[in-house]
Amino acid sequence: MTLVQYGRCFNGIFIREVLRFVNQYGRFFAALVRPLVWLFIFAAGFRYVLGVSRIEPYDTYVLYEVYITPGLIGMIQLFNGMQSSLSMVYDREMGSMRTLMVSPFPRWYLLTSKLLASVLVSILQVYAYLLIASLVFNLKIPVMGFLYIIPVLILTGMMLGSIGLLLSSLIRQLENFAGVMNFVIFPMFFASNALNPLWRIRESSVPLFYICAWNPFTHAVQLIRFALHGKFNLFSEAALKFSVANPTVLQSLLIVTGFLILFLACAIYGYDPSRGVIARRGGPGGAA
Amino acid sequence: MDSSMETPGVALAVKELSHSFGKRKALDDVSFAIESGSFTVLLGPNGAGKTTLFSLVTRLYNNRSGSIRIYGHEVRQQPSKALAQMGAVFQQRTLDLDLTVADNLRYHAALHGMSSRDTKSRIEIELKRAELFERVNDRVRSLSGGQMRRVEIAGALLHRPRLLLLDEPTVGVDIASRQTIVEHVHRLCKEDGLGVLWATHLDDEVHADDRLVILHKGKVMAHGNMSAVIDSTGVRSVKEAYGKLTGGGRA
Repeated sequence: MTLVQYGRCFNGIFIREVLRFVNQYGRFFAALVRPLVWLFIFAAGFRYVLGVSRIEPYDTYVLYEVYITPGLIGMIQLFNGMQSSLSMVYDREMGSMRTLMVSPFPRWYLLTSKLLASVLVSILQVYAYLLIASLVFNLKIPVMGFLYIIPVLILTGMMLGSIGLLLSSLIRQLENFAGVMNFVIFPMFFASNALNPLWRIRESSVPLFYICAWNPFTHAVQLIRFALHGKFNLFSEAALKFSVANPTVLQSLLIVTGFLILFLACAIYGYDPSRGVIARRGGPGGAA
Repeated sequence: MDSSMETPGVALAVKELSHSFGKRKALDDVSFAIESGSFTVLLGPNGAGKTTLFSLVTRLYNNRSGSIRIYGHEVRQQPSKALAQMGAVFQQRTLDLDLTVADNLRYHAALHGMSSRDTKSRIEIELKRAELFERVNDRVRSLSGGQMRRVEIAGALLHRPRLLLLDEPTVGVDIASRQTIVEHVHRLCKEDGLGVLWATHLDDEVHADDRLVILHKGKVMAHGNMSAVIDSTGVRSVKEAYGKLTGGGRA
């Protein structure tokens, strides 16, 4: 297989992912409306209770809706990653996963391509959300922030998506997906800095603070937060001052990258024809 | 020496293949070969091990013992070369119902690294052969079960494989369409010199000049030309041979 053929293969997987997304109006609608509803509810309900004091990367006190926007962007990616894993479990039951698996390209390449393709789709959703939030809710986002977040969204999306990919190699049936929602998506989102800064969480519960501090989602949100406000400075002196309560960009970058490598490696292992979970159990598509 | 040179005419060679899930032995010392240009029916009741065999040949998971060679390429050691020679139609539907026939087929072609020009001409050729070219821009959802199957067969052939595997391709298809599909694949086998492995539990899908592998409880009960299998079993028809060897066609 030549490099050009590898490119064509990725292109085909990407186009299919986009076509599927555009064809599932419900999914597109839900992906867009969910964070907007949250923005509306949280911003309206809590902005006077929960104004956030000056904290990196913000230069001044910020409105609550500004504070939670990176978390909501993270949520779009988290949901997209899990939804993509849901569709892989579905694909596996329906058999279209097998079309992917009989391709002569290496399996790690196919899985990573599928992951990246779904991340690129999630970035389209993020932009649609940001656009509506800025126009309708008058959310103030630095113009350059729209550009700075692209590489960060690829990284955070890959990391969150690889959790979904890993789960899809472990979950046997579609029904178990409700469990994923309850035990993965919600805890990850709420036990993070998406809605409250870590220092405020520490004030109410120290154990929860440590859970939040180690939650990969916290660091994904942290990266998005810094990038969105044009403060993605990896090599400043401040970036080296690692802190549990207020992780620096470099710190979060290392943690997100570490988790990405870990989750992706486990997922590829899960799909390995000789050693993975599928090989032991016989699925997908019937055990016998 | 390139192993593919040793056996130019053998499309698929399965040798001493065993596989188990936990304690249950799904395949037990299975050996058979398929010549290119021949149509081999893998006949066995549900649970005989047909799907496991397909999963191993298509490398969904790897075999623990024995070997599987596709035109001389061992599936475990040279998966890329082996899979490039093979087209597969699975028991479950693999088409995306909300996309058009062309979208689905382009996805297949991309997964084999085909160029867009080659893809376009191959889609036209294969769909015309399947007599479905006029449906190329229709959503798959609007096709009948039998038509979907023929689209899947067209998709499996896009990258010009020399071995075609079909796992119970007529399940859930009405009798008339079933006949069309059986005839269509027989024709493809003759025209292209394809090696075909057709798994089924329906003995009436066997043609007189087909080869036969009867699988039961993970073991090969009979293997050879249809007439040879009938003779060796001491019966008069495939139906009787199948019934005798598999205890009435039950697992």
